[in-house]
Amino acid sequence: MIPLLLIFIPVLSALIAFFLKNDNSAKNWALLASTLTLVVGLFALCPHCNLTFDAQWLPVLGARFSLSLDGLSKMLVLLTAISFPVVFAATYNNEYKQSNAFYGLMLLSQAGLMGVFLASDCLLFYFFWELALIPVYFLCSIWGGEKRIAVTFKFFIYTFVGSLLMLIGILYLYFQTPDHSFAIKSFYALKLSASQQNLAFWLFFIAFAIKMPIFPLHTWQPDAYEQSPAAVTMILSGVMVKMGIYAVIRWLIPIFPLATEKFGSLIIILSVIGMLYASLIAIKQDDVKRLIAYSSIAHIGLMCAALFSMNTIGWNGVLIQMFNHGINVIGLWIVADAIEQKLGTRKFSELGGLAQKAPVLATLLVILAFANVALPLTNAFVGEFLMFNGLFQYNYWIAGVAGISIILGAVYTLNMVQKIFYGQTSPATQNALEIKGNIQFILIVLVIVVLVFGVYPQPLIDLTKQIHP
Amino acid sequence: MNAIILSALCGVVMMFSGILLKNKSSIKYVAIAALLVLLIGNLLQFYGIFTINIDSKNLLSFDRPGLFFNSILIVATLIYFILSGSDIEKVGLDVAEYFSLIFFVLCGATILTSFNGLLMFFIGIEILSIPLYILTGADKKNLKSNEASLKYFLMGAFSTGIMLMGITLVYGATGSFGLQSNMIKSAVTGFESAGILGPVGLVLLFISMCFKVSAAPFHFWAPDVYDGAPSVFTSFMATIVKAAGFFAFIRLFAAKSTDFGPGPAWTLILYVIIVLTLLIGNITAVFQQSVKRMLAYSSIAQAGFMLFALYSSNDFSKEGILLYTAAYSFATIGIFAILVKMEDYSLDGYNGLSKSHPVLAATNTVFFLSLSGIPLTAGFFAKYYMLASAIKSGGPISLVIIAVLFAAVSVYYYFKVIQAMYFKEGNAATNQPITNNFKVGLIVLAAIIIFLGIYPTSLLGFYYF
Repeated sequence: MIPLLLIFIPVLSALIAFFLKNDNSAKNWALLASTLTLVVGLFALCPHCNLTFDAQWLPVLGARFSLSLDGLSKMLVLLTAISFPVVFAATYNNEYKQSNAFYGLMLLSQAGLMGVFLASDCLLFYFFWELALIPVYFLCSIWGGEKRIAVTFKFFIYTFVGSLLMLIGILYLYFQTPDHSFAIKSFYALKLSASQQNLAFWLFFIAFAIKMPIFPLHTWQPDAYEQSPAAVTMILSGVMVKMGIYAVIRWLIPIFPLATEKFGSLIIILSVIGMLYASLIAIKQDDVKRLIAYSSIAHIGLMCAALFSMNTIGWNGVLIQMFNHGINVIGLWIVADAIEQKLGTRKFSELGGLAQKAPVLATLLVILAFANVALPLTNAFVGEFLMFNGLFQYNYWIAGVAGISIILGAVYTLNMVQKIFYGQTSPATQNALEIKGNIQFILIVLVIVVLVFGVYPQPLIDLTKQIHP
Repeated sequence: MNAIILSALCGVVMMFSGILLKNKSSIKYVAIAALLVLLIGNLLQFYGIFTINIDSKNLLSFDRPGLFFNSILIVATLIYFILSGSDIEKVGLDVAEYFSLIFFVLCGATILTSFNGLLMFFIGIEILSIPLYILTGADKKNLKSNEASLKYFLMGAFSTGIMLMGITLVYGATGSFGLQSNMIKSAVTGFESAGILGPVGLVLLFISMCFKVSAAPFHFWAPDVYDGAPSVFTSFMATIVKAAGFFAFIRLFAAKSTDFGPGPAWTLILYVIIVLTLLIGNITAVFQQSVKRMLAYSSIAQAGFMLFALYSSNDFSKEGILLYTAAYSFATIGIFAILVKMEDYSLDGYNGLSKSHPVLAATNTVFFLSLSGIPLTAGFFAKYYMLASAIKSGGPISLVIIAVLFAAVSVYYYFKVIQAMYFKEGNAATNQPITNNFKVGLIVLAAIIIFLGIYPTSLLGFYYF
């Protein structure tokens, strides 16, 4: 029952939100509904509940409406459930025209994300995969920045091509199953020859790689992050990119073991190239949003590389980092958005000396920045340490090259902190004030999560042990 | 049989209703009533009760897919009448005649779903085509409409000639008009053996059918005719007529697929035609500025997908073509119903429609999403079945990949309309006030499309039971 609620609370509340007239009521309603989802999501953590749901859907096709929750799903469901109320609360002061539609679409995309992380039927998974995308298309195109239409369209076409290729892959596997079924068990039971795996592997992986994104399929990402409204950017980078990594763990590696082994090194090399490339570009950025976008590519690249290093240590690191990266990056976006809302600019060249004016914001951002660099005592340290460890076991040359990105990460992150908060005040920051209470509160909560999981990551590690593919 | 006889009778009734009824809008209601009678008659035959039985000397045979397809056609026409009926009245003076011509087209279509030999096939195609030439030229004072009509007639007559030549050659090769006589088999195997008559005849037949369904490279008439004809009739031609043509195409070439394994040459021809159709339809549609003309090219592109049913010809493709034609027709009828009411047919004419007419914009979005094949709409499962049938047939996966890449291209131009409606500023105007009935009709149609997108088996369920 819990999995079903996790999908249907967002869907129903989205439908209701569309019919709300008053702008503020839509806002409050979305906050309330997402909090309710969070409560249900916390119930999902209980180890002994029945966390599966199965119902007839399309019997002729062999597709069932089946959902299930294991440790991996739990972690991502929890991330999704936490992110939405956090995002709604942090952007509470932002005004949107037609806010009922805005919040309705946001909740719909939450339903899609939940479905992706819960589905244990491949056609259902595909449905939700698309359902998560389409609301985002409308959100970015209506409420985004100046170049929103073209940028979002690029993003949409990119991911749509990927999805369709995945659909071919799904159908290809479907016809290989003896009982013509989309169930994950039937897919896992498949015995595919090497050549079959090689073909279908890429049909799936391209879709996932676009979503993550992996070099050289990343070109949609910085533009999309920059142009999307802040709330959507947070969801995109905090939760939606995890869809790609989740899908690799759940749908790719178990089904195509031979192909994974064969192409693993290629993908690791691409990921590492992406890490270094994105880090180098991030150093040269003059825009907070673009900097965080490139830094996100670097982090995702590390996760993907560790994933394909195929050892337990690396995998544990990826699983932990999926959650932690979501928290950290949402925190960074909240700061970026607060600065933009407050001062009307995101450019480093127009900022400076903010620490004198807004000491609380400065303190919180510094902690989040440390987490972005993965300093010890922050949550990201545990994950990155394990991931580098895994990568090192795979091949120490690759680990060494990838390690450069740690240094580069420190360069661009600390550079950002320095340029925003220290130095001379600029005309833009001359009259800046401290951030509003609700944003402070949310940031403090996130910072507490960062520190708690930095010191005591055991709960997350325990959760990763419940995974049984 | 019910549908054939009733549709012809309804056509005659409609013709005379023009004399008896002076009020234009009451003619529309007579037409809707006649269509309901037709639907009921067809459904009765489905269940085997109250069937008019005439010995057709084995020239016609009524099977489940055919009767089911009739129902889809009639329902689509019903939706078309309900949404666009009042626009038919505006085309010209002789409203009753337009309705009666549409009924004659339906008569031809129902023959095409039940023919059992090349003779009835030919008659069906002609009954289907001739009223269309008139409908295309219905806007008598408009030169573009006249030109389209003449063009359509000349090209149509030419392709009919090719078709007759093909039928003659196949008759010469097999000595029979029947589909039962392994015509296809002998003709196809003829590709490999020495007999040239059958294969050539079959290729000629194939070409003429490609012409009818506007598959590239025999598509050149379609954009001009669709663009020139009065928009209400373009809607009818691009959906119901095209669907009927496809069904006949597949019935002719694939219905007896158990008789033959598709030869390599045959598969190659289809492969080339599909790729060409997708390429030309999609790429040309990208550059159109007029939504009406873009829809003409998109209908060519959609034909490329429907040809998959012919290419793979298995269980999946049979169900798939039923679903595909239904999904495609419903969505396109909805889009045209809105298009007809627009002041300006260009893309810019749609700018800001979401502000001035939110219901029109929202339903139009659903229709375009369905045409693009986005999940949760009927169009997704339509494409799904087509891809599945192709993968199941074990043909080259390259064809499927090419098809989905072009599906992504199609998203590009379909979404341009959505972008215009929602993301661009402007004041899209309609050329007439939008009635509440029309809005309700659109909402119901959009709801049907979404329902079919979640439970496609509900439609196919009728097919099995």
